[in-house]
Amino acid sequence: MSYRRFRAMFVKELHHVTRDSLSLAMALAMPMMMLLLYGYALSLDVDHIQTLVYDQDGTTASRNLTRQFQGSQYFQVAGFVNDYHSIEHAIDTSHILIGVAIPRGFGKDLANGSGKVQLLVDGSDSNTASIAMGYAEGVVQGYSAAVQHDVINRKGLKPPGPVDARIRVWYNSSLESKNFIVPGLIGVILVILAGQLTSLTIAREWEMGTMEQVLSTPLRPAEIVLGKMLAYFVVGLVDAAIAVTVAITVFTVPFRGSFLVLAVSTCLFLWCALFTGIWASAGCRTQVQAYQFGILVSFLPGFLLSGFTFSIDTMPKAIQVLSYFFPARYYVTIVKGVFLKGIGFRILWVEMAFLVMYGTLIFWRTVKKMNQKVA
Amino acid sequence: MRERLRVILRKEFIQALREPRMRFLLFFPPLLQLIVFGYAVTLDVDHARIAWMDMDRTPESRALRARFEGSGRFDVVATPQSEQETQSVLDRGQVHAVVRVLPGFARDLARGRATEVQVLLDGTNSNTASLVSAYSQQVIAAFSTDAMTGQTKNQQTIKVEIRGPGAARTMLTPATPESRVWFNPDLYSRNYFVPGVAANILLMVTLMLTSQAIIREKEIGTMEQLMVTPMRPIELMLGKTLPFAVVGLINLLVITGGALLIFHIPFRGNFFLLIFCAILFLMTSLGAGLLLSTLSRTQQQANMGSFFITTPAFVLSGFMFPIRNMPPVVQYFSYLNPLRYFMEIVRGIFLKGVGVTVLWPQMLCLFVYGSTVLLFSAARFRKTLD
Repeated sequence: MSYRRFRAMFVKELHHVTRDSLSLAMALAMPMMMLLLYGYALSLDVDHIQTLVYDQDGTTASRNLTRQFQGSQYFQVAGFVNDYHSIEHAIDTSHILIGVAIPRGFGKDLANGSGKVQLLVDGSDSNTASIAMGYAEGVVQGYSAAVQHDVINRKGLKPPGPVDARIRVWYNSSLESKNFIVPGLIGVILVILAGQLTSLTIAREWEMGTMEQVLSTPLRPAEIVLGKMLAYFVVGLVDAAIAVTVAITVFTVPFRGSFLVLAVSTCLFLWCALFTGIWASAGCRTQVQAYQFGILVSFLPGFLLSGFTFSIDTMPKAIQVLSYFFPARYYVTIVKGVFLKGIGFRILWVEMAFLVMYGTLIFWRTVKKMNQKVA
Repeated sequence: MRERLRVILRKEFIQALREPRMRFLLFFPPLLQLIVFGYAVTLDVDHARIAWMDMDRTPESRALRARFEGSGRFDVVATPQSEQETQSVLDRGQVHAVVRVLPGFARDLARGRATEVQVLLDGTNSNTASLVSAYSQQVIAAFSTDAMTGQTKNQQTIKVEIRGPGAARTMLTPATPESRVWFNPDLYSRNYFVPGVAANILLMVTLMLTSQAIIREKEIGTMEQLMVTPMRPIELMLGKTLPFAVVGLINLLVITGGALLIFHIPFRGNFFLLIFCAILFLMTSLGAGLLLSTLSRTQQQANMGSFFITTPAFVLSGFMFPIRNMPPVVQYFSYLNPLRYFMEIVRGIFLKGVGVTVLWPQMLCLFVYGSTVLLFSAARFRKTLD
């Protein structure tokens, strides 16, 4: 390992990066695009659920229940209809998400204690549907409890105290999706970028025939891959800085932890992600292949198995185990922890240790693969 | 013309499918996505892990805990004894929420005073947090109602003697919500995601492979050779796009098959309508691939460029995140996105079983979009060849 040879490789690769200004511009614009898209457009928050009410009863009781829906911040009663068909049509055309049907005799049944309310829910988007259904059932139960309280009171009995759930949310008290999505997205951005940039780097030299020239120099495999990696490392760090700055300033995501922990982890993670790309590239002779392979090993796990939006602990065991083999999982945990929870090295050292292990392993594999190709 | 077209199609098919490794990379990742989205990706919360902090220690507080555990939605995995432990289980992400029953819970309940149960949620994942919040409110509301009914039952002995118009009301049960879920009654995330995967893959495969195939010829210099043959630009274009249209359609078939056989996703609509709409959509994605190939010089640029097209298309299609939750401006923006229309069509055909009568606006949009993009990029492509 010689510093001079390694530096020569680094400078050569840096020239490749800066010469292709279009690619470089896209690489630097990528974090902005991803953050703006995901930060502004994506929201898992469910409110203003469009609702139709079909009141077959038309009594004070049914009107009171309707008023509960109108008063709730989660529902927006879009109108009243007089048959099931209108509800059906509105759900078919996705104009409403939920239909509330209050059957004839609801008021009387309520007095007998057997009141029933029908909720018709469009389940195609299961997530929104379950949240909406939860809220709707909450409204009906709340109404029911109030009615009961009244009845017991009127009979002159002393009702037991109502139990309220007092919900307090930590780390993200307004439960905004952006606070949850944006920090994890930083990890996804880096993993995609690393895959995009590096997966072609060695395959391109093979395809264009310049690999022969590189190999005829006294460069050793370790120096080749390190030099290549470092050139993209610079781009990756700039992107990480952009992403973190935008997250804090534009999206006002709370940053509660230490910059040092974030910086060290980012460097570790970039090392892992870039070498994963180079490793993928070293095994392929054409760029098309290398790119597809790069997507397979960096993009898909980074996006799906990192816990960025889909929590890992609801996945089947086998897939949970699989997620431990990709570094994105650890990095996303670190970024979210540092941003939202403000936790530091004391809790996150496990994830960082895994990154170090993964980094060492993938570097060793990459050098070995280069050796095989050279021989 | 037919002879030349046959020749170039043959060449392109061989080039695309020659290597076993390439064949693997063309058909395996879509399958993998299907499997991961089908099995792994879920926004549902089945068993939320909670910590139980009982500061009351009475039969009532234990009854509440039994309610939580009996609901099938919560697993009590920790019982912290102090504020510090609470902090620690949340910091480490060991639990989704901590339920805290304060001292005096049973006393307040008995005296008819309003009482509270504290639920501390880990808001890091706002989606999980909202679900856990809604579920725990339901459990507590049900407990509260039952506590009241229980009370009336206990006093029934007195009640019977009173005898009066109110006697019938002694066994009071609350108004109960009956939820009916349409289209996806079990509320499986996979029913929503898997059909969407088909739409996504079609875009990714055709856009990327088309542009790469053309740029590659330019980059390694074989484009010169193609241009000295009697091949006309239109034939070259067809030759470069049709094989990937076929690959895309095969992927669509594979994914649809997998969705039906492995995941038992309902398929309520017409299969031929799906294929027809896929072809309408291919006009756009292949056209975009051609366009991209005229804009970039290296494969790296083509790859990055395709990423810049697919990501907004993906995010604004409603694939993962419902469009109705987006800010109004962004919602209008999403009407410019052809993938949005195709996504609505695919889901409509799979889950709702709707046909042309409902889907014709989307189909019309795809057709207009597709023919515009295709004509424009064909004109540009012809120009760059000269």
